[in-house]
Amino acid sequence: MNLFGYRVPAAFSLLIWCALWEVIGQLDAVFIFPPLSAVLVKLVTILGQNNFHEAAIISLKAFSIGMFWSIVVGVFLGFLMGRVEAANKLLGMWVNIFASAPLSSLVPVLMLLFGFGQTTIIVTVFLFAVWIITLDTYAGVSHVNPSLNEMAKSFGASKWNMYTKVLFWAALPEILAGIRMGFIRAVKGVVIGQLLVSVVALGAMFSRYSRSFLLEEFWALALILFVFALGISSMIGWVERKVEYYAGSRA
Amino acid sequence: MSSQTASLLVEETNQVNEQSNDIVEVTGIEKVYPGGTVALQGVDLAFPRGKMTTLLGPSGCGKTTLLKIIAGLLDATAGEVRINGKVVSGPGPERAFVFQDFALLPWATVVKNVAFGLEMQGVEKTLREKKAREYIIKVGLAGFEDNYPHELSGGMRQRVGLARALAVNADVLLMDEPFSAVDEQTRRLFQEELLRLLGMENKTVIFVTHSIEEAVYVSDQIVLLSPRPGRINRIVVPGIDRVGKTSDEIRRETGFLDTVEDIWDTLKKYLDDERMI
Ligand SMILES: Nc1ncnc2c1ncn2[C@@H]1O[C@H](COP(=O)(O)OP(=O)(O)OP(=O)(O)O)[C@@H](O)[C@H]1O
Ligand SMILES: [Mg+2]
Repeated sequence: MNLFGYRVPAAFSLLIWCALWEVIGQLDAVFIFPPLSAVLVKLVTILGQNNFHEAAIISLKAFSIGMFWSIVVGVFLGFLMGRVEAANKLLGMWVNIFASAPLSSLVPVLMLLFGFGQTTIIVTVFLFAVWIITLDTYAGVSHVNPSLNEMAKSFGASKWNMYTKVLFWAALPEILAGIRMGFIRAVKGVVIGQLLVSVVALGAMFSRYSRSFLLEEFWALALILFVFALGISSMIGWVERKVEYYAGSRA
Repeated sequence: MSSQTASLLVEETNQVNEQSNDIVEVTGIEKVYPGGTVALQGVDLAFPRGKMTTLLGPSGCGKTTLLKIIAGLLDATAGEVRINGKVVSGPGPERAFVFQDFALLPWATVVKNVAFGLEMQGVEKTLREKKAREYIIKVGLAGFEDNYPHELSGGMRQRVGLARALAVNADVLLMDEPFSAVDEQTRRLFQEELLRLLGMENKTVIFVTHSIEEAVYVSDQIVLLSPRPGRINRIVVPGIDRVGKTSDEIRRETGFLDTVEDIWDTLKKYLDDERMI
């Protein structure tokens, strides 16, 4: 990043935003923004609270189960669409619609189907994440160099080997990108699910903070989630970079 | 007909096949692509065991199509491919393909790439990697065993492709313009090495190229295909005697130059015909 002709590290822009937040908070300019320092203090308190731990565990559970199935189903559907033209014709449009649809509006329907509990939240997480994983996997599989396919075939690769030794690796960069985006959407899915369904766990905390105008707590919790999502996403980003050495040389 | 005579007949045909000097035979091959492009029509060819046959012809005449049909990667619309007398309808361990764009696995090291064919055949890991290393040395890539394809030059990548094809010990090597993506110097070096390797390994090679010079230099037999739909126009036998001569000496011989000229005349006629239309 360049600023007034000086090279400054990227983290610097984050510092500027933090400072701006602090100033706005201190000035009491916009009432929904309490000073960052106060938020950070609350953040530490919340991290030590028992009800936060419980909420985090419940949410993590829904998050991981939903995420697990969205990876399994998403990767499977993506491969199916990428390899079977009929499946692509049948599913392609729907997957695209769901990937861009405002899924929150579906949650009430899910409640009717799955009740007012953890199941609905898991399904919400699943639905938030699965489509982007499907789409990215599909993109990866359908762009595999056709001559790799022919090469494997010419050496007598079995169907199983074709998928596990060639296609999967060739599509891995896109699959990982899909999972990374799926994770971020899944974090949203957990919170929205919990807010709409039964106001449990993190959703309950968010709703209590906002109803009682506990804005410092509210932002502290949002920050925690933000950092969590960012942490996971950069972890997957790190794996992605590890496979990037070949992603760039596939053309 | 009694079953006895029938079995006798079978035996007889088998014998004929064993004696046959042609390891690959194609008969009546026709290929119509979906959409109606007739790529090949009535192609009958025999490929002698242990010899190098080149397919030469104008762009789009169906050379790649024919090679892929022989490889079992494409189905012919009509006709048969026989390997050692047996009709085949798919890839098989007697044939190995060398790809124009190398078709290497970018995420795998040179050893893993070379061992890929063996891996598909179910050869156990230490054994296949040992074999792969032998062939890596044979194609002159010693020291690059653990490098990734993107760390190699085009010429080196094609050596990996060649080693992979040699490692499965197939009798027939199918090569689709294997040297077209490398520079002229590397290309000539490759031609020498290919001839040297073939001398050592006793392979039958079916080779596609656009270079008449290359075809005449390396081939025992050159099949000239006519423009689409591809048919066999002529078969040229260069009959080059390489013993005791350097590459440059061979390339300057009148026999070599005449053959190149002769083939060029045929191909030029196609170009002229095309222009007339
Ligand atoms: N998958 C395909 N679908 C339809 N037509 C095809 C397909 N592949 C090749 N063709 C057509 O068949 C004809 C023969 O193609 P082929 O690739 O075999 O030619 P070639 O002799 O290898 O040409 P080149 O020298 O340019 O590599 C061409 O006219 C081509 O357009
Ligand atoms: Mg071709």
